[in-house]
Amino acid sequence: MAVVKLLGAWTSPYVYRVIWALKLKGIPYEYIEEDLSNKSPLLLQYNPIHKKIPVLVHDGKPICESTIILQYIDEIWPQNSLLPTDPYDRAVARFWIKFADDKSPSISKLYRTGGEEQEKAVKECLEMLETIEEHGLIGGKKFFGGDKINMVDMAFSSVAHWLEVIQEVAGVKVFEAQKFPRLNTWIQNFKQVPIIKENLPDRDKMLALLKHRRKMLLASK
Amino acid sequence: MAATEEVKLLGFWVSPFVLRVEWALKIKGVKYEYIEEDIFNKSTLLMELNPVLKKVPVLVHDGKVIAESFVILEYVDETWKQNPLLPQDPYQRALARFWAKFAEEKVLEGAWNALCSQGEEKQKALQQTIEAMEKIEEELGKKQHFFGGESIGYLDIILGWISHYIPVWEEAGSMQIIDPIKFPATTAWINRFLKHPLIKDTLPPREKMLVYFHQRSKELGSTSHGWIRV
Repeated sequence: MAVVKLLGAWTSPYVYRVIWALKLKGIPYEYIEEDLSNKSPLLLQYNPIHKKIPVLVHDGKPICESTIILQYIDEIWPQNSLLPTDPYDRAVARFWIKFADDKSPSISKLYRTGGEEQEKAVKECLEMLETIEEHGLIGGKKFFGGDKINMVDMAFSSVAHWLEVIQEVAGVKVFEAQKFPRLNTWIQNFKQVPIIKENLPDRDKMLALLKHRRKMLLASK
Repeated sequence: MAATEEVKLLGFWVSPFVLRVEWALKIKGVKYEYIEEDIFNKSTLLMELNPVLKKVPVLVHDGKVIAESFVILEYVDETWKQNPLLPQDPYQRALARFWAKFAEEKVLEGAWNALCSQGEEKQKALQQTIEAMEKIEEELGKKQHFFGGESIGYLDIILGWISHYIPVWEEAGSMQIIDPIKFPATTAWINRFLKHPLIKDTLPPREKMLVYFHQRSKELGSTSHGWIRV
């Protein structure tokens, strides 16, 4: 029986992408929580280049970077597939996944920065949301994956659950339901999916932790 | 494959991202029409085809539009099955994608920032690029010919820009990134790559590139800009 381990941190949207994928496919795994302020020898051994989570370890082989992990999971366990079968549809999906990967860091920048830097992050976030609203969610589909969620929906994890908490921590308002109706509908639908609903970090706990982190980060600047 | 299949590639003569796609199409033996874009004066065609990012390369295959060089490469590999670019084994594929992302973020971005920055910013970017290349050197030390084995594969195509652009950027930026003595495996790979028949005839002219990048580095280096994302 192959052993699957997932090294993660409970507040990371990138870790949750992997958790959702594993659960959707019914893959049992051992979860190992990492203290990122005190990285374990295991993490340093499995991800020497970036020293980051998530790391998936399958049969002793480490795979790093959440999007690469998702593609690996989809290729090894094809049930409940996370990408379309047609090459063009896959290309469109990959385009949006890359977009999510490239632009999501501006969400965490909202609470990690202040002043001018934070203003820049707000602008970047708004641009990202506007793009998704205008170009990503057209066609009246319930999810990026159609009737069911797929890898693209998972890639927008930060937008779905983290953005709202981070806005409160950072004291900024980027996402407003009336300004982004399609995105708002998608977020509501996404969070109702059982696999997602049952696997999200506790909001209040996260709020407290991120508020504390923001205080520490801004004090050190 | 239909004989009347239509493949167009919107590009910019000096873009390493466009070059990647050309290499992939040539290795697969796919005929395509190349359309030159002036990225400083973008056409309505480009804005229509890639409204989200407004960038080249854009591939149009029988009317279907694909953007982002990494995405295009995987599309090309899945659509035309001859001469596979990515390995068959899922773990090897994950490794190839890992190194592709690593090189893009640390080497390409690093080298570009080193070229377009001054003083401390430049030194920092240069340092990051060299450290990243040391990891690539280690990986290449384990290979015989190319990342893809006997023939050129996905990772060779993604990193191939290094062979032709780094020497130009080194000259334009008065810096050294790949010292042949410190990077023997990389240097050997570069020479092999540049000699490949499909590669050596697609390279943009060096002198023209030097003029272009001298100009760009001056323009971008004249103001403090923070880290430029590529």
